[in-house]
Amino acid sequence: MFGFILRRSAQSLIAVIGLLVLVFFLSRLTGDPAYLYLPLDSSEAQRQAFSEAQGFNDPLYLQFGRYLLGVANLDFGTALSRNRPAMEVALEAFPQTLKLAVIAMSLALVFAVVVGSLAAAKPDSLFDRIASTASLAGASAPDFWVAIVAILVFSVGLGLLPTSGTGTPLHWIMPIFVLTLRPFGLLVQVVRGTMISALASPYVKTARAKGVQRTQIIFRHALRNSLLPVITVAGDLAASLVNGAVVVESIFGWPGIGKLMIDAIVRRDFALIQATVLITAVAIFVLNILIDLLYARLDPRIRFQAK
Amino acid sequence: MTAPHLPSAHLLEVKDLTVDFLSLGGAFRATNGVSFHVDAGETLVILGESGSGKSVSASAIMGLIDTPPGEICSGTITYRGKKLDDCGVEERRDLNGRKIAMIFQDPLSHLNPVYTIGWQLAEVFSAHGVATGAEARAKAIDILARVGIPEPEKRIDQYPHQFSGGQRQRIMIGMAIALHPEILIADEPTTALDVSVQAQILDLLKKLQAEDGLAIIMITHDLEVAASMADRVIVMNSGRIVEEGHARAVFENPQHSYTKTLINALPHADDTGGTGRRSTTDVGKPILEVKSLNKYYGLSSGFFAKNTQLHAVKDLSFTVAKGETVGIVGESGSGKSTVARVLLRLNDVSSGEALFHGRDIFKMDTRELLGFRRKVQMVFQDPYSSMNPRMTIFDIVSEPWRIHKDILEKSGWRDRVTELLGLVGLRPEHADRYPHQFSGGQRQRIAIARALACDPELIVCDEAVSALDVSVQVQVIDLLAQLRDRLGLAYIFITHDLPIVRHFADRIIVMKNGGIVEHAKTEEIFRNPQHAYTRQLMNATPRPKWEAASAPLPA
Repeated sequence: MFGFILRRSAQSLIAVIGLLVLVFFLSRLTGDPAYLYLPLDSSEAQRQAFSEAQGFNDPLYLQFGRYLLGVANLDFGTALSRNRPAMEVALEAFPQTLKLAVIAMSLALVFAVVVGSLAAAKPDSLFDRIASTASLAGASAPDFWVAIVAILVFSVGLGLLPTSGTGTPLHWIMPIFVLTLRPFGLLVQVVRGTMISALASPYVKTARAKGVQRTQIIFRHALRNSLLPVITVAGDLAASLVNGAVVVESIFGWPGIGKLMIDAIVRRDFALIQATVLITAVAIFVLNILIDLLYARLDPRIRFQAK
Repeated sequence: MTAPHLPSAHLLEVKDLTVDFLSLGGAFRATNGVSFHVDAGETLVILGESGSGKSVSASAIMGLIDTPPGEICSGTITYRGKKLDDCGVEERRDLNGRKIAMIFQDPLSHLNPVYTIGWQLAEVFSAHGVATGAEARAKAIDILARVGIPEPEKRIDQYPHQFSGGQRQRIMIGMAIALHPEILIADEPTTALDVSVQAQILDLLKKLQAEDGLAIIMITHDLEVAASMADRVIVMNSGRIVEEGHARAVFENPQHSYTKTLINALPHADDTGGTGRRSTTDVGKPILEVKSLNKYYGLSSGFFAKNTQLHAVKDLSFTVAKGETVGIVGESGSGKSTVARVLLRLNDVSSGEALFHGRDIFKMDTRELLGFRRKVQMVFQDPYSSMNPRMTIFDIVSEPWRIHKDILEKSGWRDRVTELLGLVGLRPEHADRYPHQFSGGQRQRIAIARALACDPELIVCDEAVSALDVSVQVQVIDLLAQLRDRLGLAYIFITHDLPIVRHFADRIIVMKNGGIVEHAKTEEIFRNPQHAYTRQLMNATPRPKWEAASAPLPA
């Protein structure tokens, strides 16, 4: 098992290195930061001095070398927009996103498994139809639209919830709701589909012939076998939550890594862009390893193959 | 046989059972007025071919028919005088496993892959509130020992995929008899197993029956299995019972024409006739010479562990002549299918040579190989999965002409397809249908027509009739024999079933663990088998229950 993690880490490292290179060059295509950070009426000489001081005038390979050296020491340099070490800023924002993502994903998974299983237990029943329709709607609704409508209804109209920011438990409700909706909708569809085929499988027939209770058949025999594809999809969705919190965080003014990334790009804060991208990449890589381990945990056939 | 209005005196009685299955095309009547009964300690065999409704009757007893699509239109099932239809859901559930148990055809897919077999055995006790935890585990270990799994304490924590097919069926049987039920329903319990394993499983069932006084309802399409187990037999065809009676009477003196067909289809039914389907033309000079063929499979067992190799085919040599049929017989894992795959270059060879008209197959370049593939065709076990479901029969049969452009002008395709379909006993209008619209036997005919489209010299049949019903098997083999004599074809006929090649093959190669155990003319193999393993293969064919166990080998 240890060897397996090592192997996966090595593979991911290659991907991360490629990403680092790409981010470095792409971020430099956004333009010259000197025009953003100095007053509009600053002279050419002042801009030159600024670029010189930040090292932007050095040849690209030198900048790149310095960057890689920094990355190796987990030092991305100073975030120009905040005048603090970029890594520090990014690490501060990351837990905010992580909390949102973990809560949203857990809620989506738990509800989707329960709703999807019950829908699959009686296909074409009233419950199944309601669940299928509602989940389809949830999966298809764009999150920015849901977010704006939610603000309109609950904050502007009813005045029940704050429009944005953090501080009270009430601030959590709308971001989590919006983030949960899409994964929930998609996962219900996946759970329902895999559960229907699992419930029609030969081992379920055996369980019925053994006289096993119906609930046990659904939640032990069938569900455990249905979980593998569900986890694959859930892993993908979780990665896009960490990543795609950008929209939701921007709308709700949530101080997470998504909002930070957008701010950094808008302000040509190269160091901060690089730091946020790396952290997100590492988070997704850890997530993938966790999913692989979960796979092995759930399916003995994979476990014994991996040994 | 029973008084109709009194509470049934039998342990289990099914009366007038009619089950429909609803589909888009309308209702399909799976069983039609089926009645039977079984008493303690006896074995009732329900015999029939696929689609005869024999499994549906058993599923109805277990309450396993899903409604919809199934619908029980009429009939009663009575257990110890109690109508099962009147039972509540919970009462019915508790009967399953405790009083009436069932085992199925394919034990691998019928065991839950993600739980240990210990867990699955213990579940029988916990589901019926008999025992839980350590107590259930101890009982599970006892059961494993009882059904003959070695080292039960160790193996109880393993998963289904870590057992062999025979062991899995033993575990299934163990689960079924765990609570000492009174009735065991066995639905094709040995069909997926090798013959020698089949014999062991049947023996185990007989032993358990003797110990517990079980009533067994055995569902099978295999006449030999039926004869070896049955006290009484009912024969089903198209959802109806066409014949019933005591086993010996039914087998030795069948009344109904369908039963007669079935029994006559048995390969050794015409023992004295001998060479009925063997080649009538003179066997010519060898077209294929295989010399010291070896095939290794690398088994990579881990990242750091060293590779171990499986020697799948060991030093195999044989020849095939024009108009000749060579049977390759062996159990699963004997390497017989690997031989076919290597000869057709579907897998690479490890060493050795195979001369086809003097040219080494393994040294052919791409162009030569294309020509070779035209002359050597293959027919697989499952014709359905080897046909593209979205292609019509015309497309499937004419596909070789798309690849080998020089065989036939496009204008002649339609006529030739019609001709080929006629050759394999199908009608011209079948050309525009799709594979799913045909029965298993018809699909195998289509596969043969496709193989013939290239005007081949040699056809390799890999378990080509194993998935078919007995009566259909005979038809397909007759067809192959006819085609051989008319077209001068040669066959390599690979099978696990020794009797089936008896009247068809000219020579037989018996394989075990990748090597040749015995290689001789068919008659010599059957008259005077030299090797113990060959004798074991022949012996493993179950003997009728009414004959003494010590009866001599079939001559």
